[in-house]
Amino acid sequence: MAVRSPAHLQVNDVSVTYNHAARPALEHVTFGVPEGMRVAVVGPNGAGKSTLFKALVGLLPIQRGEILIHGVAFGAHQECVAYVPQREQVDWRFPVNVQDVVMMGRYGALGWFKQPGKHDRAIVARCLEQMGIAPLAARSIDELSGGQQQRVFLARALAQEPHILLMDEPFTGVDTTTQAATLALLDELKTQRVTLIVSTHDLNLAATHFDRVLLLNHRVIAYGAPAQTLTSENLLRAFGARAVLIENKIVVDECCPPEEERIESESE
Amino acid sequence: MNVLTEPLLYGFMQRGMLAAVMVGILCAVVGCYVVLRGMAYLGDAMAHAILPGIAIAYLLKGEILVGALAAGIVVALGIGFLTRRGTIKEDTAIGILFAATLSLGVALISTIKTYALDLTHILFGNVLGVSETDLAVIALLSAGVLLVIILLYKELLVVSFDAVLAATLRLPTELLKHLLLILIAIVVVVSLQTVGVGLVAAMLVTPAATAYLLTRRLPSMMLVAALLGAAASVIGLYLSYYLNIVSGAAIVLTATGFFFLAYLFAPARGLVWHLQARRKHAARASDAAVPSE
Repeated sequence: MAVRSPAHLQVNDVSVTYNHAARPALEHVTFGVPEGMRVAVVGPNGAGKSTLFKALVGLLPIQRGEILIHGVAFGAHQECVAYVPQREQVDWRFPVNVQDVVMMGRYGALGWFKQPGKHDRAIVARCLEQMGIAPLAARSIDELSGGQQQRVFLARALAQEPHILLMDEPFTGVDTTTQAATLALLDELKTQRVTLIVSTHDLNLAATHFDRVLLLNHRVIAYGAPAQTLTSENLLRAFGARAVLIENKIVVDECCPPEEERIESESE
Repeated sequence: MNVLTEPLLYGFMQRGMLAAVMVGILCAVVGCYVVLRGMAYLGDAMAHAILPGIAIAYLLKGEILVGALAAGIVVALGIGFLTRRGTIKEDTAIGILFAATLSLGVALISTIKTYALDLTHILFGNVLGVSETDLAVIALLSAGVLLVIILLYKELLVVSFDAVLAATLRLPTELLKHLLLILIAIVVVVSLQTVGVGLVAAMLVTPAATAYLLTRRLPSMMLVAALLGAAASVIGLYLSYYLNIVSGAAIVLTATGFFFLAYLFAPARGLVWHLQARRKHAARASDAAVPSE
């Protein structure tokens, strides 16, 4: 992967409210992510983790605040940020195979009117290899298992050669092969100084594999190194009734996910 | 071979055949997007909504194609606009526009004395009336539309497949959707003479739907659809010549015949294969169920 100058992400006092909602989904969110850092976003269901990611990518309008990359307002950097949502809302019966999907990751770099060339095909092949799905290159996407599909979209995000990679709960509900592949990917991206922002329910994972933890519940409860952030006090504040202190250990209950959040900017 | 060559001795058949093949290919390729994006009803409504444009051009003794094109673009943008606000369901909005524009068009055309014949031609095609100028216009517009599809292939693919990626890549999604509607409007106008306003929706949907059953990737789907569209047009024209039936209907019936063949016999996806596979599976299961002592 070509080494370009990595990005610095700065989020200043961002608020996001869904249409007709009584209260904001995100309020006064401020944090900065230096180049090459790995940040785990942690919080209860409905805390606004997905909302934050959608706002960072420009899928949701923000009512207040600003998002800066390299110090410049978001919008000019379409090649910089890649995003892997929790559930892909694509038409699975669309006539595309794995290679076609991963190649879409190159379209940002290609721009208008240019067709993919040898360089792009090489990058796609490498990303397929990296995610362990090279043998599946010619398969239609509806023939794949859930974990395999996840790895296809991770490979696509990789093919974008992003400065910043956002992943919304990549470890939730996938098989162990895919989990292992994703973890390997995190380590690999660390060496390439790609800035990583990953949301997860796995607090252990957050503590062991990430440099910083962003504890979120509509507002930023805490942000910093795992040891400083994942304290009993912070966890109780973030998880509220869903956290219980048993024999000096916090147990967090992750039941009852909220209703599907609509994407406000979608017109269909 | 006489059966095949005899109709082609006539100039009007040669031109009609060329026009029908070009239109068949064009409708099939654009139709791939119509099928994949679930726009069949929309495509049909747009075809009928062009009727008032044609009627007005006709009454003003102006260029029919220009009136049709203008109406098509207005309707394309209008549908795009109506469905954005979300106060009415898209289905309902289309239904309303469909009926209103069709009525307006028929009303205007009925003021002409020869309206019954003219209406039949507009609704169902008059391929024998294709002049050399018409042929040139069809060729030019078809080439233009196909060029746009090729140039914007990547962008239209992403917008159709993954709205989230389209947003992440900062693609002008609304613009591209409106462009697609305009392309469909142009295709409808180009198809006026060969299959007419009433049947162009079928040419948009059926070859592409057939190709969907036979292929696994979009480029091959477009290629197979184009071949099927061309074949249906040629066979349909021969049928209309020898059986003395309206060309548009003959072409559409042929295309539908292809569809049912594919529906039944497509490898891995056809109904016949499914039934065979089920029978094999049931046979294997009953063998396995025999208890071993």
